[in-house]
Amino acid sequence: MNWKHIVTVYLKELKDSLRDRRTLLSTIIIPTFLMPVIIFGTGSVMSKVMKKAREEPTTMVVLGGSDSPGIMAALKAEKKFKIVEPTMDYKKMVSEKQVRLAVEIPEGFEASLKAGEARTIMLYHYEGEMKSGLGAGEVEGFFRSLRDKTVESRLSERGLSVGLIKPFEIKRQNVAPPEKVGGNMLGGFVPYLIIALCFSGAMYPAMDLTAGEKERGTMETLLCSPVARLDLVLGKFFMVLTGSLSAMLLSLISMGLSAAAAGMMFVGSGARLAAAANQTKGMTAVMPTIDLVGLLGVIAMVLPVAVLFSAVLFTVSLFAKSYKEAQSYVTPMIFVVILPAMIGMLPGIDLNARLALMPILNLSLVCKEMLSGVWHWNYIGLIFASSWLYAAIALGFAVKMFNREDVIFRA
Amino acid sequence: MIEARHLTKTFKDKKRGVVKAVDNVSLTCQPGQIYGLLGANGAGKTTALRLLATLLQPTSGSATVAGCDISSEAQKVRANVGFLAASTALYGRLTAREMIRYFGELNGLTTAVIRERTQRLADQLDMHEFLDRRCDKFSTGMKQKTSIARTLIHDPAVMIFDEPTLGLDVMAARAIVRFVRECRDRGKTVIYSTHVMSEVVKLCDYIGIIHCGRLVAEGTLVELQARFAEQDLEEIFVKAVGGEAALTAALKT
Repeated sequence: MNWKHIVTVYLKELKDSLRDRRTLLSTIIIPTFLMPVIIFGTGSVMSKVMKKAREEPTTMVVLGGSDSPGIMAALKAEKKFKIVEPTMDYKKMVSEKQVRLAVEIPEGFEASLKAGEARTIMLYHYEGEMKSGLGAGEVEGFFRSLRDKTVESRLSERGLSVGLIKPFEIKRQNVAPPEKVGGNMLGGFVPYLIIALCFSGAMYPAMDLTAGEKERGTMETLLCSPVARLDLVLGKFFMVLTGSLSAMLLSLISMGLSAAAAGMMFVGSGARLAAAANQTKGMTAVMPTIDLVGLLGVIAMVLPVAVLFSAVLFTVSLFAKSYKEAQSYVTPMIFVVILPAMIGMLPGIDLNARLALMPILNLSLVCKEMLSGVWHWNYIGLIFASSWLYAAIALGFAVKMFNREDVIFRA
Repeated sequence: MIEARHLTKTFKDKKRGVVKAVDNVSLTCQPGQIYGLLGANGAGKTTALRLLATLLQPTSGSATVAGCDISSEAQKVRANVGFLAASTALYGRLTAREMIRYFGELNGLTTAVIRERTQRLADQLDMHEFLDRRCDKFSTGMKQKTSIARTLIHDPAVMIFDEPTLGLDVMAARAIVRFVRECRDRGKTVIYSTHVMSEVVKLCDYIGIIHCGRLVAEGTLVELQARFAEQDLEEIFVKAVGGEAALTAALKT
């Protein structure tokens, strides 16, 4: 092994890759701008849509109710509601989003209410449709409060206290510090994102430096040089690893900056306000912060996996004759990587000794734990050691493949 | 100097089974001479030259190039060889200067030596105009010149050319032929493979005819003319490989 040669090859590959648009896109541009787009773009679009949906009145069709003028008047008086005359079948109107929901008031409802008979109000909504769900919630709220008022008046008529039906209150109080809340909320998503970017960052350099070189005919030129194949592999491999790590680090940095910027934007200079403390507290729940130590732990754990990805992608792409062929091998691998990362995102799956040996899934799970402040050192040690072992095997395999004539001269 | 002894290379092929691409080839190339390896497509020229340049390892047999063994001293062999083939391309995203510098560095040359040699090669090959332009924008001629400079940056004692004029226009091909001659005149050992008869007649001091991996005839042009009682090299070639029928059969596989 000659480090001078390795550095020479690495620096050349670095320069070459920085001039390659595809590599730049996957290792620098996408990781840098993906997070701000997700945080600001998706976040603001979502909140705008929600706000608009809340501000718009709930359109509805009322079925029946002609013999319940009091309730009809109360519904009409509510500013949030807009009652529409039925133009066709109410189910069709709901399905075609002409109205958010249909309310069915049974015949003689008000009379039954007075007589103390229990009747049923039907709300017809469209499950899964956001506006319909919102509307149904509001209308349900309206009828709940009507019911509560009815109960209260009946109790008072009989000279009983309201406390009779509410013997005690239930309240929730959060004890987790904000960064732990952040860890739990982002804990699943951040490792998933890191794993995906680590892989995609290594993908293009790996293909370009192997199959790409074969296709362009520069591999043979390079092999003519008096440099050991091991040095060539390592020089190239370090470039692939650089792609992988730069994608990950840039995404983390840009995520941190975006989250900070978004926090500042939403909270503003809250200190000036009288209710600053409360407001800030409220906002941290929306914009979760991440535990820095946890994040450093994540980076340390990702390193062997980045080596593993780089070595595997390098080997697979090396086998291909052309860039296109390499792409057809590498693209399905994205799913192989994403799937365990996604499983790790699911709530309720916790680390155990067996899962700690499953590559990618173990990383996803341990990162989730570390970001929420849980440090199972025995698992962390096991995952770290097993990840490095897998990475070393993969790198050894890459070197072996590079020394095989039938792979390097595959035509 | 190049000395090959019973050099053999076999490949496993899915359709054809075990293929002997180079079969028991022994040859000697002297310094200051051009050895022409003449053969049809698929005769084993490229494999033979890749073995000498240590890009491939022989299945059996051995060879020394510039005094170094191709199996046990492969890196030393490559340090003494300049290998130019139609298949050795340039890095499109590097400039000609960066390309030459990279191969200088890989050959262990110091920055000062690389700078001085790049200057000299650029003078000789008239490359100054495009030295700092990216290779992917080059014409064929510019690419050839850059490739030549790349093979010469470490001033190798042995030059291996594998069909270097393949796909080139007349002017670029002539430049290559001129350059090969210059290498010989400077005392380098040159081995040159081609299937173009006229290039062999023009260039080569010694001719080896390769067919189905075997070296079927060897000698100077005069010696071959006497042996096969033919003046024209093409006729000599066809006779050496066993007639047109044998050649057609070989080309089919």
